[in-house]
Amino acid sequence: MSIANLNGGQQLAVKYFIVAVVLFVAQILFGMLSGIQYLAPDFLQGVLSFNVTRTVHINAMIVWMLYGFIGSVYWLLEEESEIEVVGLKLGNLGFWVLTSAVAVVVLVFLFVQTGPGDDFTRWFVNEGREYIEAPRWADIGIVICMLIFFYNVAATFSKGKWSGIAGVLTLDLVALAGIYLAGMFYTTNISVDQYWWWWVIHLWVEATWEVLVACLMAWGLMKTLGVSRKIVTTWLYIEVALMFGSGILGIGHHYFWIGTPEYWFSIGGLFSALEPIPLVAMVVHAVYDSGVRHTKGNNNPALAWFITHAFGNFFGAGVWGFMHTLPQINLYTHGTQWSASHGHLAFFGAYATIIIAMFYIAAQYVRGQSSFGPALLGNGWKWKWALGLLNFGVVGMTVALLISGYEQSFIERAVGGSTWMGYFAAQIHPWFVQGMQWRMIFGLITSAGIVLLVWDLLTIGKHPAVEKSGQAQTAS
Amino acid sequence: MSSNIPWWSSEIFWKKTAIWVTGVMFVVLIALTLNTLPQISVGSERVPAYSVINKHIGYEFNDERNFQVPVIGGDAPLFGKVLSEEEAEALVTHGKKVTQGRNCMGCHTLLGNGSYFAPDLTKAWLDPGWSSEGEREQMMIDFLMHPQENARSFGSGRTMPDLHISEDEAKAVIAFLKWMSSIDTNGFPYNFTVIDKEG
Repeated sequence: MSIANLNGGQQLAVKYFIVAVVLFVAQILFGMLSGIQYLAPDFLQGVLSFNVTRTVHINAMIVWMLYGFIGSVYWLLEEESEIEVVGLKLGNLGFWVLTSAVAVVVLVFLFVQTGPGDDFTRWFVNEGREYIEAPRWADIGIVICMLIFFYNVAATFSKGKWSGIAGVLTLDLVALAGIYLAGMFYTTNISVDQYWWWWVIHLWVEATWEVLVACLMAWGLMKTLGVSRKIVTTWLYIEVALMFGSGILGIGHHYFWIGTPEYWFSIGGLFSALEPIPLVAMVVHAVYDSGVRHTKGNNNPALAWFITHAFGNFFGAGVWGFMHTLPQINLYTHGTQWSASHGHLAFFGAYATIIIAMFYIAAQYVRGQSSFGPALLGNGWKWKWALGLLNFGVVGMTVALLISGYEQSFIERAVGGSTWMGYFAAQIHPWFVQGMQWRMIFGLITSAGIVLLVWDLLTIGKHPAVEKSGQAQTAS
Repeated sequence: MSSNIPWWSSEIFWKKTAIWVTGVMFVVLIALTLNTLPQISVGSERVPAYSVINKHIGYEFNDERNFQVPVIGGDAPLFGKVLSEEEAEALVTHGKKVTQGRNCMGCHTLLGNGSYFAPDLTKAWLDPGWSSEGEREQMMIDFLMHPQENARSFGSGRTMPDLHISEDEAKAVIAFLKWMSSIDTNGFPYNFTVIDKEG
């Protein structure tokens, strides 16, 4: 492995990718612990109780995905702008500050866990708001690091070359960083609290993150398949129009039950029902461009993960989201395992997949290979099995959680009237428990997939099969 | 060749569309936010003042809206003590900060948002599991302070970990839960059975 032949932005990207992979492994590890606790409630109770394991599970996910995005942008920055990254030293400093902050937050989550009901706890231990549990000092650190990152991106494009991808990316980062501020205040009024909390959560994962991965997809298809810039840029604008056109007001589907007025039923129902449309467009775009090039690219694992992203995003975010987005069904599914089912497939399908594709693009350069194709040792069995196991595992968990969610929404919500007794009547029902058991089985399959993925990323292209490497060189 | 591209598939058309659509949607969201925030401010019709914890709170079916809505009744001061608006706000604020500091959302949902490992707390104050309105306050204090000894897991084996909640903290959390149960949540949760209204 050598990063000496990478440009400055790419070298920084590799650092982000390494931390991303470590946190990805942590996410799955703590997900497994949380899953076990559903089946064996005494497991680690009082030591690492469910509220701790689950908090680490979802925060590791958010942070590894952010690291994956930041790394991906640094990776393409110099190629896209055609100049060296402006302020790279500051960018490197930002990486170490952010990584130190993440390490401290994780250690506090694990060893301090909770605190008294005062401002000190919110500032230094745990803010206690799902997904943005990080204490306030860390919020400020994150904002500073994001500003450094934004400076690198905006200044580099300004000094170098602008492109459609550059423009969309830069404006998207403004929105992404600005929206985070909406979660950085305290109010006792829980309706107002959750109103703004959803600005962060929804406008990140269902708007700005989607546009960011659309940029990566556009760049990735140019990179792996050689699709023309004009085509990917036009598609990118179409996707931005459709995503922001549906996703911004789609936030209304979170405003059905938090105290907000009834008119959000219509707004949230309508616009969130439209949210899958840009994801269909992305599938069409990716499959069409791959098809006309007979899926012949220079990096098969990356291309396979890009295509997986297109379908995963459509099914996970689009179909699974649509299934319970209308208020008529959401009344019964809100806050049940339906949400967990949707969350698993959407975060994996929309975001994990495309970041993994970027890992493989980076790996190709790090190993100095002109192609990741048939010349890979063992015909690339490791990346193929990792792809298969991760997808099979996550889809299996999604279906298992959905079955538990069906049962919960009927027995707890519709019949049991959502009382505590109704809740537990659903939780002990064999259909629910069986769903949780299958979730663990598929969780193990997912874990096997991540082990193989890490192994593959550490070894791929290190020892290309000698007899085929010549073909690969000529093919590229 | 570029002259053969119809306007509806040209890059510039979609660029302009993307900018306009994004701008318009964002402006609409801001306008809706400005309309919504006053309707959910504390003391509004949908989100009552904190001093509502001095009153009896019910959750009854409303024929006009076709779902259950909170009904604020006569005097029923929490822990037998009438609080001023400021005192009530201080108590509910302490309660909410305790729920955040103990990461309650790591297991529970509040207004349906959070984790799914433990029951939703939106109407926890009104839950029939607290036996009767007369016994409710003490049962809630006992449960929050000693959740292992007073486990209410209905055969699931799932118990709340001991979060070392003091009596003052427990009372503050209960005030927060009582106030939260008075929020008009458009009929969520549906078909809820209210304490002392069973059968």
